[in-house]
Amino acid sequence: MKAQPIIEFQNVNKVYDNGTVGLKAINLKVNPGEFLVVVGLSGAGKSTLMRTINQMHRPSSGKVLVDGVEVATLKGTALRELRRKVGMIFQNFNLVKRSSVEHNVLSGKISYYPTWKSILGLYSKADKRKAAQALDRVNLLEKIYMRADQLSGGQQQRVAIARTLMQDPKIILADEPIASLDPLTTTAVMNDLQKLNQEDGITVIVNLHSVPLALKYADRIVGMRAGQLVYDEPIDQVTEEDLNQIYQPM
Amino acid sequence: MEKSPELTIKKSYYDRYGWLFWALIVLIIYVWSLQGLKLSGIQASASSVSKSIISGIFHPDWAYVYNGSGEDLVSLIVQTLAIAFLGTIISAVISVPFAFWAAQSPSEKWHVRSTSGKFVLTLIRTFPEIVLAIMFIKAVGPGSYAGVLAVGVHSVGMLGKLFSEAIENMDDGAEEAIVSVGGNATQVFALATLPTILPEFISYTLYRFEIAVRSATILGMVGAGGIGTPMLFAIQTRNWPRVGIILLGIIIMVLAIDSLSGWLRKKLV
Amino acid sequence: MDVMKRLPRQSWWQKYHLKTISLVIITGLLIILSAQVAGVDLAMFWGNLDQFTNLLVRMAHPDWAYITIIGQPILETIQMAIIGTTIGTCFAIPLAFLAASNIVQNSWIRGLVRFGLDLVRTLPDLLLAAIFVAVFGIGATAGVVTLAIFSFGMVSKLFYEVIETIDEGPIEAMKSVGARKLQIIHFAVVPQVLNQFISYFLYTLEINVRASTVLGYLGAGGIGVYLQRSLNEFNYSQTAVIIIMTLVVVFIINIISNYLRERLM
Repeated sequence: MKAQPIIEFQNVNKVYDNGTVGLKAINLKVNPGEFLVVVGLSGAGKSTLMRTINQMHRPSSGKVLVDGVEVATLKGTALRELRRKVGMIFQNFNLVKRSSVEHNVLSGKISYYPTWKSILGLYSKADKRKAAQALDRVNLLEKIYMRADQLSGGQQQRVAIARTLMQDPKIILADEPIASLDPLTTTAVMNDLQKLNQEDGITVIVNLHSVPLALKYADRIVGMRAGQLVYDEPIDQVTEEDLNQIYQPM
Repeated sequence: MEKSPELTIKKSYYDRYGWLFWALIVLIIYVWSLQGLKLSGIQASASSVSKSIISGIFHPDWAYVYNGSGEDLVSLIVQTLAIAFLGTIISAVISVPFAFWAAQSPSEKWHVRSTSGKFVLTLIRTFPEIVLAIMFIKAVGPGSYAGVLAVGVHSVGMLGKLFSEAIENMDDGAEEAIVSVGGNATQVFALATLPTILPEFISYTLYRFEIAVRSATILGMVGAGGIGTPMLFAIQTRNWPRVGIILLGIIIMVLAIDSLSGWLRKKLV
Repeated sequence: MDVMKRLPRQSWWQKYHLKTISLVIITGLLIILSAQVAGVDLAMFWGNLDQFTNLLVRMAHPDWAYITIIGQPILETIQMAIIGTTIGTCFAIPLAFLAASNIVQNSWIRGLVRFGLDLVRTLPDLLLAAIFVAVFGIGATAGVVTLAIFSFGMVSKLFYEVIETIDEGPIEAMKSVGARKLQIIHFAVVPQVLNQFISYFLYTLEINVRASTVLGYLGAGGIGVYLQRSLNEFNYSQTAVIIIMTLVVVFIINIISNYLRERLM
């Protein structure tokens, strides 16, 4: 018998206010510890799919379950508790550019602090140690006191990974994490994600454009097109032709 | 494709004769402006007065620079700067809520909120600063205080607009990240919005301070403190060496403030 | 080794955010000092608030009949702005070329011209008006000259910045066929900058219309003369009409100018 899926989409639809269809009848189960890569053209709905998991977007109909809990109806504290469990990494890193690397990493912990303490930057010794450890894991400990905008793109993305590590996430969502990076730093970032998946057992979902990278890192590949799931195979069943099919213009 | 020759002909008619239409309008505007103005009333003494002004500027009244009375050039320039500085600080604080009012956000339907905010800011910007100064003189009496209030209110028109544009063009990535780690609304504002936007706000405030220094020099002409009052008095009493030294003082002050503020703004980016 | 022991060294001023703290303290001190110099007294403001509101109340009842009297001076204000801006722009154009680094390579000439322009820009409009009223006497002439000088300073800077951002390609092409400096300006520079020049001219005109409404306060013609009269006679219902009419005119000019500038882009 299979374990309970950590994420489950049940017939999810998303239509934006301006009428654009984001998601169409999505049914998907993600198992704990999976490294899932979502491929598809830009505008196929990959980002929307990802953002319905931590309720950055609300589905128009259907259900999204994380750890068996329906997320669309969550509010306030319950919603923030969900987001604690789900780390997110963005294409443009989304660091506070003028703050120090340390503060950016520590901001992963803010939902555990009262508002006033987090605003004044009064973090506990234990969390400061944790931040240093997180940065050490992505090999950026020596940059801890630098301003975020003094780092290269690849380094900034690894700071963002360290930030999600502060959350002790069960799931990491990475939305085109390497789209703004050069090939060398791309490998460093993807390796970091792989390490978190294999060593810590974190479920990782990555949106990617690159077919070779998808084949190299994924346990399972899902293809999207015009808001629909058009492909779903474990990695040993995937062939390159299948993937090229997904990228065919309509 | 069949239509294209006709289109070219149509276009070339406008190209050939369109400028004539505009030239005619411009001509009419200038004829109207020139005939309407009574420029003839130049007083006979104009040239002799200009001569004494120029000689006054080259023979400034050095004794006025500092005499410890508190009514000398240095004290009044300090007062002018104080008016501009305080006024700008006040307006920067008032401008923040105005800016969020006037900034368009993608989620807003019909832009009622932002459009009304922009309209109010335009009204404030267009309201003459010296009239504001005169109104505040009624409330707090003549002097620097009225000048501070006038600068403080008037600058909101421009600063609020600049701030709201900064908000509209802001990269919302940091905000998105703080939401994704479970931050509440206050945390998003304090830890993402503010640090992202603050340097730009400060830069615009410095820029506005440069302008406020210029307006603070003239507010004295209506009695709202600073160097303007003795300047107007010196002009009216034809004390040209005094006018000369005050002009010199104003020029040096403005140049110094411009370069200081420019240097600070460069360091900020 | 323990991760906390491997942290990079942090200088003490960085550790305690001394830069930020000292900036905040300096700003705070400047605010307190300025408040003392300017004699700011919050109690006085609230104490006299009734006088201020009384003034606002009287201004809230505009004397609409007054419009017929101020129609002519408002038109005069616009005429002053048009003529003043035009004169200032005519003088600004040659100097803008002299100040542009891609036209004049000699940095001494350029520096001197720019310094001169900076000097002109330091002088606020109302101060110029006061001086020119003394020279030319009370009337529109002083206003036109003031606006001409004021727009000269502003337009010259806007223009040389436009000239400096043009595409160098056509200039090099002209140089390569041996054209002289004025020919280069005429054939390679003017076509590139003309639309932006007109757009900035309109922008300056907008600002001058706004500025010219108060110049008359010191006797330099236009609606400002009436503004001063009504204020001196404590006739705030007339002041209100003048301000409202000024706002209306400035809005209309802004709309026309914005429309034209959009067409030019």
